[in-house]
Amino acid sequence: MIPGSFSYHRPATVSDAVKLLADLGDEARPLAGGHSLVPMMKLRLASPEHLVDLGRIEGLKGIRRLSNALEIGAMTTQHDLLGSDEIARSIPILHEAALLIADPQVRYMGTVGGNVANGDPGNDLPALMMTLGASYTLTRSSGSRTVAARDFYQGAYFTALEPGELLTAVTVPIPPSGHGYAYEKLKRKIGDYATAAAAVVLTMKAGVVESCAIGLTNLAETALLADAAARAVIGSKLEAATLKTAAAAAEAIMTPAADARGPVEYRKHVGGIMVTRALARAAARAT
Amino acid sequence: MNDMTPTREQRTAALEGMGCKRKRVEDIRFTQGKGNYVDDVKLPGMLHGDFVRSPHAHARVKAIHSEEALKVPGVLAVITAETLKTVNLAWMPTLAGDVQMVLADGKVLFQNQEVAFVVATDRYAADDGIAKVEVEYEPLPVLVDPFKAMDPDAPVLREDLAGKTTGAHGPRKHHNHIFEWTVGDKDLTDAAFRKADVTIKELISYHRVHPSPLETCQCVCSFDKIRGELTIWGTFQAPHVIRTVVALIAKIPEHKIHVISPDIGGGFGNKVGAYPGYICAAVASIVTGKPVKWVEDRIENLTATSFARDYHMTAELAATKEGKVTGLRVHVLADHGAFDACADPSKWPAGFFNIVTGSYDIPVAHLAVDGIYTNKAPGGVAYRCSFRVTEAAYCIERAMDILAQKLNMDPAELRLKNFVRPEQFPYHSALGWEYDSGDYATAMKKVMETVKYAGLRQEQADKRAAFKRGETREIMGVGVSFFTEIVGAGPSKNCDILGIAMFDSCEIRLHPTGAGIARVGSKSQGQGHETTWAQIIATEIGIPADNIMVEEGNTDTAPYGLGTYGSRSTPVAGAAIAMAARKIKAKAQMIAAYKLEVHEDDLEWDIDGFRVKGLPEKTMSMKDICWAAYNSVPPGMEPGLEAVSYYDPPNMTYPFGAYICVMDIDVDTGVYKVRRFMALDDCGTRINPMIIEGQVHGGLTEAFAIAMGQEIRYDDAGNVVTGSFMDFFMPTAVETPHWETDFTVTPSPHHPIGAKGVGESPNVGGVPAFSNAVNDAFSFLGSTHIQMPHDYWRNWKAAKSLGVFA
Repeated sequence: MIPGSFSYHRPATVSDAVKLLADLGDEARPLAGGHSLVPMMKLRLASPEHLVDLGRIEGLKGIRRLSNALEIGAMTTQHDLLGSDEIARSIPILHEAALLIADPQVRYMGTVGGNVANGDPGNDLPALMMTLGASYTLTRSSGSRTVAARDFYQGAYFTALEPGELLTAVTVPIPPSGHGYAYEKLKRKIGDYATAAAAVVLTMKAGVVESCAIGLTNLAETALLADAAARAVIGSKLEAATLKTAAAAAEAIMTPAADARGPVEYRKHVGGIMVTRALARAAARAT
Repeated sequence: MNDMTPTREQRTAALEGMGCKRKRVEDIRFTQGKGNYVDDVKLPGMLHGDFVRSPHAHARVKAIHSEEALKVPGVLAVITAETLKTVNLAWMPTLAGDVQMVLADGKVLFQNQEVAFVVATDRYAADDGIAKVEVEYEPLPVLVDPFKAMDPDAPVLREDLAGKTTGAHGPRKHHNHIFEWTVGDKDLTDAAFRKADVTIKELISYHRVHPSPLETCQCVCSFDKIRGELTIWGTFQAPHVIRTVVALIAKIPEHKIHVISPDIGGGFGNKVGAYPGYICAAVASIVTGKPVKWVEDRIENLTATSFARDYHMTAELAATKEGKVTGLRVHVLADHGAFDACADPSKWPAGFFNIVTGSYDIPVAHLAVDGIYTNKAPGGVAYRCSFRVTEAAYCIERAMDILAQKLNMDPAELRLKNFVRPEQFPYHSALGWEYDSGDYATAMKKVMETVKYAGLRQEQADKRAAFKRGETREIMGVGVSFFTEIVGAGPSKNCDILGIAMFDSCEIRLHPTGAGIARVGSKSQGQGHETTWAQIIATEIGIPADNIMVEEGNTDTAPYGLGTYGSRSTPVAGAAIAMAARKIKAKAQMIAAYKLEVHEDDLEWDIDGFRVKGLPEKTMSMKDICWAAYNSVPPGMEPGLEAVSYYDPPNMTYPFGAYICVMDIDVDTGVYKVRRFMALDDCGTRINPMIIEGQVHGGLTEAFAIAMGQEIRYDDAGNVVTGSFMDFFMPTAVETPHWETDFTVTPSPHHPIGAKGVGESPNVGGVPAFSNAVNDAFSFLGSTHIQMPHDYWRNWKAAKSLGVFA
C-alpha cells in the first residue's frame, strides 16, 4: 500500500496542464480527486512517473448555465453537485445520483470529470451522462473536441480520450420540465460500488410514456444505455407486462462480472429490478 | 454539622465508583488526536521493514534473488529464512503447540505468506526494494476445501511434519490432520439417540472471518547492543506473554526485554499471537543495531495475521416428542489453515468449544473436533470470543431452532423448556464445566415481554399468509438467541499459556495526598480500563476514581499479567484489583484505629473512610489515612500504603443473555432490514453501565457484520478474494441497526465483586440471533438451515432455491 516514486506537477491553467501532458507523454497521468488513481498507485497497479494535479486550475471548477444545458467543469466535486441549486432545479437526477456516490468524504474530493473520464464501470456518473445525452469536452494543446458520452466508453478503463487529451467539461442538456427521473442503486453498503443500478429519464403525456432513456451502472465492462428496454416502454402506460418486457430487454445486454456482490445471475436479476423500480418511480414523478 | 457537610449520597457520588456511568477518561486524549499508538513511536535513526509476500497459496520456493533490491537507494538488508536460520529463528513456536515459518523455508503454504523482509531507511524505499526482490516459485496443488483435507490423495502441506504421527494434542490420522479432541460420554450419548422420539442433524458452518481492528498489527523493535537490551513497542494484547516468548526463543534474558503496549486501536483477538513481523523487526534491529518499525497494511492484516472461526459443525440433537432435549452430539471439522496458530490456552486445542451444551440442561453429550491443515492463513484467534465459545453458541442456538422447527414448537418455548434452572447452580454440564450462576428463564421472559413476542409471531403468521396469497414479496423472521458464555480464563487448574497459569494481577500504590496509581496486568485496547479499574478501587477504598491513575502495558512497571482477551479482564484482573484494594483497606484500618485510639474491630467502613462503631462523629477518611501512612503509622508497621495481588480465579464466570432480532427480507433482491434488535445481557455486577452499553453496541455491530455479509473467502486456487474493505463487509453507521439493550443482574458467587465480563457477549449471542432471524424468515417455505453469511445475494439464492420465483 505504498506507491512508487513520481514527480508532481501542479499547473495553474488548462493550457499548462495539457502542455505538460503532451510533453510528458505516456508516463504522465492527470490527478483529479484521486479516488481511483491513488489506490491503484498504492497497490502499484499504476506507477505513473508524473502526476499532473488539476486541483489548482480554477477554470475547471463550477457549474455554468448555457441556454439549454448546464456545463459542469471537470474539477467540480460531487459535493459541489449536491450544493448546486441549478442542478437540483434543472437536472435533479444528478442530485439524486450524487447522494448515492460513496460517502461525504469521498464526495468532497471526487470530481465529476474524474468520475466520467476514468472509464471505471463501477462509477455512477457515466450511465447518468449517457442517459441525459451529455457530451464531454476533450482538450489538448492544439484545441478541443466534443464527444458524446454514449460514444466515449470503449471498455473497462478504455475511453475515447487520446494521449495528451484532458476531459475539461461535461455539458448536460436540461431535460424538459415535468420530466420524470430516478436513479435506483442497489449496494451492499455506503461506499460500495453498485451491485446493480439503473437511471431513468422519461416524459409522460396523459399517462403514456412519450420519451425514455435508461442507463445501467456496473452491469458490464462500461456503463450501458438500455435502448431496447427504453423503446419497449415508449408509448406504453408502464403496465406490469411492459415493465417485465423492459427488464428482460435490459437484462439481455448486461454482462456483469461475478464478485463479492453476487454471481452473474443475481446481478442481472437485480439489474432488471432496478430498471423496473426506476421506471415506476420516474413515471410517478413525471407531470 | 454545618450545611456544607456532604450527604452520604454526595460522598458516594463523588467517588464515581462501581455502578456509575463515569465518562471514559481515556477519551479525552483519543477524541483530540492525542493517543499514543505504535505508529506514533518515532526513534532517531529508525528503519522500516516490510514483507515480500507469496502470490501463491502453495508453491515450492526455488530461489530468492535479492541483489537488485539491495541496489535500491535506502535498502539496507533483505532478510530471508536462510538469514534467520543463523539465529535459529526461521521457524517459531505457536501458542497451540505447532511451529510456524517466520519466513518461507523451502515452500509457501498460503497466499500472502511472508517470504522475505526488506529493511530500508523509509517505508517507500522498503517497498521499492520489495518490488525488486525476485522469487522463483514452483506452484504445487492447492488444498482449499477443508472437507478434502483428509482425502488419501490430498496434497501434503506440512513436509516438516513428515512421519510425525503424534502432535501437541495426541495422534494424527493423516498428513493434513492436526489433532482430534473428544469430550463427553460417547456410549451414553449414542444410547440417548437410540431412545429419542425426535432427532435432528445438520451441518452448521461458521465461516472464516477476521477481527479487523482499526489499527493493524505493528511494532517497533530497538536493540541496544551496549546494554544487550531489547525494547519492543507493539500492538500486544498480552505484553508480558510476548516478553516471555521473546526470552524463550531469542535467548535474551527476560529482564533485558522491555515490552511496551502503548494505546491500542482495537484488538478483538487479532493482537494476542506472535507474528513474523515481530520476529523479523527484532532480528533486523539486532542485526543493524538500529530501531526497526514494522506496520502492517490493511490487506496484509486481512490476509495474513490471523483469522477467526472456520468451524464446520455437524450438530445432532435428541429429544422427546414433548421437546425435552435428551442428548447432543457434535463433530467439528476445524480449518486451521497452514499452521496451527490458534490462540487458546495451551491444553485446549478447540478452546472452550465444550460449552456447546449452551444454556440447556442436556443430560448427555459427546463432542469430537478434528483440526486440519489447508492452504490458508494461520490464526484461529478468539475474535471477541472466549476461545471458540462463539462457534459453540452459534452451533447450539441454530440446532435448537432446527429442533423447534421439527417439533413444530416455538423456539422460545423450546428454550424455556430446557433451560438450566436457577436451583441447579452450580451446574455441572455434560461436557465438563461448572456454571457458576444464572437465571435464564427470567432473562428470556423479560426480553419476550419487551418485544411483545406473541404479537410478533401473530404478525409473522399474517405476513406469511399474505405472502402465500401473493400480496407481498416481503418475509419476516424473528431470531431468538439465548447464550451462556464461559469467560475469565482462567483457573490454574485448567488454564495456562506455554505453562504460565492464567492469573492476573494488580499493584496499587497510594500517595500521601490521597491519590494513587494502579498498575494492572491486563491491557486495554479500547475497553476503557483506565476508567473502570479506577471505579472498582474507588468503591473498595473510598478514593475518588479521578484520583486513581491506571497504567497498563509496560512490562517493566506493570505486574505480570496474561493480558486482555476472552472477556478475562474483569473476571481475573478486576478480581485482582479488588483484592489488592482490600489489602490496602486492611492496612488502612490498622492506621485509622491507631490514630483514632480504638481497637480496629471497633471500626466500620463508611463510604470513604472508617468510623468508630456507635460514635459516628469519630471518623478518619481514606485521604487522611493516606497522609498518616507516610508519617505516623503504628509502632512496628512499615510506612507507605501499597499492595499487590495476583489472582488465580477458582472458576470461570458464566455471563448470559437473551437476544431477539426482528428482520424483514425482500425475496426479490434478498435485501434485509433489521427492524428491531433487543439485547438483554447479564454480566453479573455492573461496573460502568455506559461502558457496558458501548461494549454491547460494538459487539452487536460486529455480530451483524459477521452474520450478514462478512467473510474471508478463498477461490479454488487459494487466492483471498475479500482482502480489502472494498470486498470484506465492514458496515458503516448507515448499515448498522439500532440497538436496544436491557439487563438483569445475577452476580458471580465466586468473584470478589460478583462481576462476570461482558465484552464479547454481544458477538457471541448476536450472530445466532441474526442467523436465526434469517432462517426463521425462510422456514415456512421449507428450509431447515441456510449457511451464513446472509448477504443479499445469498438470501436471493435461498429464496430462489425454495421456489419463490416459480
